[in-house]
Amino acid sequence: MLQLYFPVLLFILVGIGLGLIMLALGSLVSPNRPDPEKLSPYECGFEAFEDARMKFDVRYYLIAILFILFDLEIAFLFPWAVVLPEIGIFGFWSMMIFLAILIVGFIYEWKKGALEWE
Amino acid sequence: MSMQQLYLLIALSPLAGAIVVGLWGAKLGRAASHWICILGVAVSFVGSGFVLRDVLAGNAFNGDIYVWMTSGNVKFAIGFLIDPLTALMMVVVTFVSLMVHIYTVGYMADDPGYTRFFSYISLFTFSMLMLVMANNFLQLFFGWEAVGLVSYLLIGFWFTRPTAIYANLKAFLANRVGDFGFVLGIGLIVAFFGSLDYATVFGAAPKLATTVLDVGAGAPWPLLTAICIALFVGAMGKSAQVPLHVWLPDSMEGPTPISALIHAATMVTAGIFMVARMSPLFELSDTALSFVTVIGATTALFMALLGVVQNDIKRVIAYSTLSQLGYMTVALGVSAYPAAIFHLMTHAFFKALLFLGAGSVIIALHHEQDLRKMGGLRRYMPVTYATMWVGALALAGIPPFAGFFSKDAIIEAVQLSSVGGHGYAQFAVTAVVFLTALYTFRMLFLAFHGEERFGHSETAHIDDDSAKQLHEEPGHEEHAHGAAPRESPWVITVPLVLLAIPSLYSGWAYIDTVLFGNYFGGSIAIAAQHGGLATMREEWHGAVPFIEHGLLGLPFWLAAAGIATAWLLYIKRPDLPAKIQARTGALYALLINNYYIDRFNDWLLAGGFRRIGALFSDVGDRSIIDGFFVNGSARLVGATSALLRKVQSGYVYHYAFTMIIGVFALLTWWVGR
Amino acid sequence: MPSVATLAFDYVPALPEIVLLVSACAVLMIDLFVPEPRRHVSYWLTLLSVAATASAILYVFHNTPVRTFGNMFVADAFGDVLNFLTCLTVILMLVYSRGYLAARGLFRGETFVLAMFALLGMMVMISANHFLTLYLGLELMSLSLYALVALHRESGTAVEAAMKYFVLGALASGLLLYGMSMIYGATGTLEINRVTTIIFGGHANRTILIFGLVFVVSAIAFKLGAVPYHMWVPDVYQGAPTAITLFIGTAPEFAAFAFMTRMLVGSLAAVAFDWQGMLIVLSLLSMIVGNVIAISQSNVKRMLAYSAIANMGFMLMGFLAANVNGYSAAMFYVVTYVMSSLAGFGLVLLLSRAGFEAENLDDFKGLNQRSPWYAFLMLLAMFSLAGVPPTVGFYAKFAVIEAAVDVGLVWLAVVAVLASLIGAFYYVRIVKLMYFDDPVDKAPLAARSDMQVLLSLNGLSLLFFGIFPQQLMGMCVVALTRSY
Repeated sequence: MLQLYFPVLLFILVGIGLGLIMLALGSLVSPNRPDPEKLSPYECGFEAFEDARMKFDVRYYLIAILFILFDLEIAFLFPWAVVLPEIGIFGFWSMMIFLAILIVGFIYEWKKGALEWE
Repeated sequence: MSMQQLYLLIALSPLAGAIVVGLWGAKLGRAASHWICILGVAVSFVGSGFVLRDVLAGNAFNGDIYVWMTSGNVKFAIGFLIDPLTALMMVVVTFVSLMVHIYTVGYMADDPGYTRFFSYISLFTFSMLMLVMANNFLQLFFGWEAVGLVSYLLIGFWFTRPTAIYANLKAFLANRVGDFGFVLGIGLIVAFFGSLDYATVFGAAPKLATTVLDVGAGAPWPLLTAICIALFVGAMGKSAQVPLHVWLPDSMEGPTPISALIHAATMVTAGIFMVARMSPLFELSDTALSFVTVIGATTALFMALLGVVQNDIKRVIAYSTLSQLGYMTVALGVSAYPAAIFHLMTHAFFKALLFLGAGSVIIALHHEQDLRKMGGLRRYMPVTYATMWVGALALAGIPPFAGFFSKDAIIEAVQLSSVGGHGYAQFAVTAVVFLTALYTFRMLFLAFHGEERFGHSETAHIDDDSAKQLHEEPGHEEHAHGAAPRESPWVITVPLVLLAIPSLYSGWAYIDTVLFGNYFGGSIAIAAQHGGLATMREEWHGAVPFIEHGLLGLPFWLAAAGIATAWLLYIKRPDLPAKIQARTGALYALLINNYYIDRFNDWLLAGGFRRIGALFSDVGDRSIIDGFFVNGSARLVGATSALLRKVQSGYVYHYAFTMIIGVFALLTWWVGR
Repeated sequence: MPSVATLAFDYVPALPEIVLLVSACAVLMIDLFVPEPRRHVSYWLTLLSVAATASAILYVFHNTPVRTFGNMFVADAFGDVLNFLTCLTVILMLVYSRGYLAARGLFRGETFVLAMFALLGMMVMISANHFLTLYLGLELMSLSLYALVALHRESGTAVEAAMKYFVLGALASGLLLYGMSMIYGATGTLEINRVTTIIFGGHANRTILIFGLVFVVSAIAFKLGAVPYHMWVPDVYQGAPTAITLFIGTAPEFAAFAFMTRMLVGSLAAVAFDWQGMLIVLSLLSMIVGNVIAISQSNVKRMLAYSAIANMGFMLMGFLAANVNGYSAAMFYVVTYVMSSLAGFGLVLLLSRAGFEAENLDDFKGLNQRSPWYAFLMLLAMFSLAGVPPTVGFYAKFAVIEAAVDVGLVWLAVVAVLASLIGAFYYVRIVKLMYFDDPVDKAPLAARSDMQVLLSLNGLSLLFFGIFPQQLMGMCVVALTRSY
């Protein structure tokens, strides 16, 4: 039974290995000029340790909401892709219609200037 | 076109005219307005002719056109009952209405309310048709109130005159009394028959003939008697029977075409029609029939007496209308319904003729209505003169004019009757023949014969209401007073001639069919014991023997005596009336004051009731009902409202909390049990 | 696992919805490229789209129910009639509110598109044959409406109203989902017509079912605005821009009625005895509370909000008779109520102008002197809401009262009559102000001719259907009997 999990083990090993190689290559090849901004932990553009009840820039929400929206919708693509052979041409067009509606929304927000920061 | 569509067309075309002219009359202009209304009524008239022909061929119709709603067994519907009675009424109504429409073009030519007037009279025609074509009590009541409404609107047509407003109010109040009875009757019918349909009610009536209505006070009333008397009280209001007659003479404040159409030929006969329509009910109650007879006889006699002393030409005709309505009512009381309807028909023709003729005179004299300021008009107005003669002879009951046949038939029916009060009725209807001839010819002689008294009356204007009319009449100021009167234009004379024709021949031409030829068939029921008319039918040998028989009878000679008296008093010895008046001061005062009924009404009803009303108003209404019940409950509701309003705090968590409480309450009750 | 073949659905029954969705997206796109002075292009396109949807409904009209999309969607006479009426209402709302919106900078593509999406939500609700479809439609409608209420960003009251509406609406959605999951637990299905068969088959746990029923009824009551779930109604009606109030007060009533019918008649008819009792409570409270509080209101929009609550109480009284007579009386009531309140709100809109909201009772003073015709139309609307014959409102009240009496609820009918007497007071008060008081505001009344014509027809229809109610009633009866 246990040998059935061998691919999983292999996957983990390759994953860790690949990650290490990338980090090592990055630290070796890239220029390294640290400053306080660069060293601080990154959290969505906010100070990591301060009073949580502070004013947010409303544009942040706009971007965030739009991101979540599209992010969630894109999540539907995964199960769809998995069963595409079974649902066939009907499934394909269903998703195309879905994406078309999504694109309508995208064009709208783009044209309305919701994606421009300033 | 099916017959059903034809019925609808007949009823609705005057309504369409009324609506179009009523809403856009000002934009359409006068000519277009009167053409639209005349066309609408003409369509109705022609249609009614077809319906009559269809009915004569033996067809009838009884059905609902549109059911508005049903509640249990009671159905509220618009429906038509087309039978001989209806068809006859339809033809009479539309014919007279058409004549009056044409006549109005001339009569109202200078009036600023021209289009409004046309809209009203077309609306009236529609309402009257709905009334006569009804197949149920609801529609009857609708038509009843609608014709009343138009009547009020038209009595007060010249609403700037205080007298018109007073007359208007009086008509309204007198009719409310009648309508109370009418509604009571309909209410009893709904309560005991459970239906508003004529056919159902008439069918069930014999079964309820012995039902007794316990009104308390230990005196039970037979149900049908109560219903019939209540309905008849309605008829008394509409058909102006004593003591609810007071409004009709005053209604002469309205324009003359209205007096002809509404207050002589059609609307006031609605009560007569209604009782005839309800004959299956009335036949089951001898008490109610006696009541009807006595009221009718009283009206006929006492109103005729008043007609003799009037000086206003329209009032003479108005009192004669009252008296003739009394005749019809008597005929109803003695179960001679066909005779009543027959008289209704002939009366419609000759009374409309007389009114329109009087209107023609009034116009020619620039709105002068006082007989004392007329005279000698026959030289100036030949057509009006001739047609007025026809009308007068018909009204006086001289053969072979129409009135003779219908009136003699009623007198004979009264003789053969055995209903309670028939002795009194017989005396009354016979005596009235003399009086009718007297006042009719008095009017005719004063207006058309004798010396010319018009044209130099300016100084006499101060004490007379005609002066006021002369000056307040809109649009007449430009006329030069005192110019020689001229014959009226053709739009006025043509209707006169067209009405004179049936006044002349409709008696002998139709008595055979309408009265004795079983024309009405099943539409009128007469019980076997009320067989006066049946006896007459057995002795009937045609119109000519009827005239011969009539020439030998008392009524004819009374009529002749009446005419002779009128001739003596107003042509031969014009000085006599003043002397008689001086001798019989008290009687004259009694008559000229309408038996002091108006003053009695003003004193007791208006004054007394106002005082009682004030008492009730102060004690009962203002402090108890208004103070405690109405205002109290209003205050209670208001206070509750203000309190409950506080619950609506505006805080969203309060709202959410309320919802949650709601859910919990429902859960506890339904899941927990 | 459904095979590929069954996935190819029949799209024709959903043609109206598809037309509306496509055209709503199209309008959204086109509006982006329409320069500001030509905003009316979007407006006319919106009207055209809704009209096309309405025509599509007539084109596909179903005399027998058709179910599609794997039994999630149903198209039947009931749905088609209500969909059509909803479209008609939206058209009237757009025409009535044009001037009002333009004067407040709300004459924008977003307004139109949100209205269309709200309409789509209502249509999906009306055509739902599955709890999830129903919920989907409900949310699409509600979210669009929340946004519409908040559209006037500068107005504090509008934003407040939108917040309240949103929070309470979310709560109601939660109740609904909870109730639906209970019913699912009891019956094992979410398909509306299968729930019925399972309950009738005796395979459902009754306690759980009733538990779910309470939550579902609560959610329905929230949408209808029945007491005690009514608290949002006055605040939202008053706070929203009047044009949006007009929208919220009319078209969603059809959707809510369909929601109630689909749930209670379509799937929970087997427990009719239980929901009948609940509706009696709601109806009774709504009639009394609505009418009583309305008396002390001086704001017309708030007064009409309480009037809506009270009228929904009357409608429930017909519905709870739980027979075809009752359902059709209730449907008739909803239709006529929407007609009357369209006319009423339409006149409030007409009296408003740039910078001025005609929302106080005093603004109606002396309307007869300013315009006898509009005063007459308002009189018809008020009489119809009060139930004065011969307006259609009388017949509607008569029908629901008769339905209640027929099932032996005479006491409820008596309360209803008393409540409508109390109610008559505040409607007639407006009539009194219009005809017997002198105008405070003498500004001339201006309206576009299309609004004048439609508003006049709307008002006169109250009279027309009052005199000839049978066709309209017949339509309701046929729609229901052919579908249930």
